[in-house]
Amino acid sequence: MGEIIVEEKGKKGGKRQAKKHSTRIDMTPMVDLMCLLITFFMLTTAFSKPKVMVITMPEKTDDPADKNRPEIPKNRTLNILLTEGHKVYYYIGIADPKKPAEMPQLVKTDFSKDGIRKFLLIKNKDLFTKIAEYRDKRVTGKTVVADTTADNAIKKMKKEDQKGPIVLIKADDKAKYKDIVDIIDEMAICNIASYAVVDMTPVEIGMLLSAPK
Amino acid sequence: MPKIKHPARSPHIDMTPMVDLFSLLLTFFMLTTSFRPQEAAPIETPNSVSEKQAPDNDIMTIYISKEGKVFFNIDNGQDTSTHFRIKLLEKMAEQYKLTFTPKELDKFGKMSSFGMPIKNLKAWIDAEDPKERDKLQVGIPMDSTDNQLAWWVRSARITNLSAEVAIKGDAETDYTAVKKIMDLLQENKVNKFNLVTNLQKDEVTLKDMPK
Repeated sequence: MGEIIVEEKGKKGGKRQAKKHSTRIDMTPMVDLMCLLITFFMLTTAFSKPKVMVITMPEKTDDPADKNRPEIPKNRTLNILLTEGHKVYYYIGIADPKKPAEMPQLVKTDFSKDGIRKFLLIKNKDLFTKIAEYRDKRVTGKTVVADTTADNAIKKMKKEDQKGPIVLIKADDKAKYKDIVDIIDEMAICNIASYAVVDMTPVEIGMLLSAPK
Repeated sequence: MPKIKHPARSPHIDMTPMVDLFSLLLTFFMLTTSFRPQEAAPIETPNSVSEKQAPDNDIMTIYISKEGKVFFNIDNGQDTSTHFRIKLLEKMAEQYKLTFTPKELDKFGKMSSFGMPIKNLKAWIDAEDPKERDKLQVGIPMDSTDNQLAWWVRSARITNLSAEVAIKGDAETDYTAVKKIMDLLQENKVNKFNLVTNLQKDEVTLKDMPK
């Protein structure tokens, strides 16, 4: 696309003037190239950086008589069992095959809002309200502290908590990876202070078999 | 009455503002771009509320595909002159009594995730055709007799002492496959790892507290 040079008309016999070049540059090729480059960058850019969820596993000890093993109070223990079809079961206490009379009952629930989350919130009411109130104060500007200070304060609250449940997460062979991530996520949402991913015992596998479908 | 003549207009449009805008966009994209790393298998990560960003450097990632295939990746470190990948391959070559040419080592240093028995690694590095290369990606073997993934993890830990471990699994992967990896990591004294997830906001406030 060349520029049309408009010559001055009506000039006869005057001095021959040098052709006036237009100052306009044809920008079409430049625009073409830019379009291409922009498309390229837009397609190759990884916009959302992946997020990570940090999980710390309990250290494996082979020695059952290890003194460092934490003693878990029976009534605070909440076992969550994950199995096929994104189903969730839970029971409180310890399933001891030696005491069949005290065998806890499995309760079936799911990953919905009114499922396991509701139960966890009720169980963890004290700690959850404490942390939620603290966060609210920060949001409304009543307390002004740095992020790290707030994180530490919340960590301290979690550490000092004596009432909330100690959750043991157990998944069987049919569970999917999504289930385990979902349940750990649920722990984070409900501010559960202590939880661990552990192996399922044979007793629990048996309990699952006879559990309500 | 004579017809009103419209003056003949030049068919040219002034493209200056458009070019301005394009330059701005281009600059923006060029500066913010971080290239999407090539992955051996499409992996759809599960969602979580975690807002912690995955570190860019000093991270080794174990990919688990939907079928349970395992791939491994490690970066060259923040200071790229450290060439962790090359050092790692040298260590592995020593372990498995293989030899790689300096050219192969250098090429490996620039590549990304991989997953094949180590004896096929050479073919993977040398492959010219990307399709041929993809065919070789069958997953790292993890048999109890020859647990190559464990060796990769161990050697990577020695090579880059500050490397963190991330697991990037597909949401539909069987838990057993992930558990196998977690157990393997714990055997190698890695008790803290990052699970790569997608951010999905889900907040619970005091109002949601069941009565």
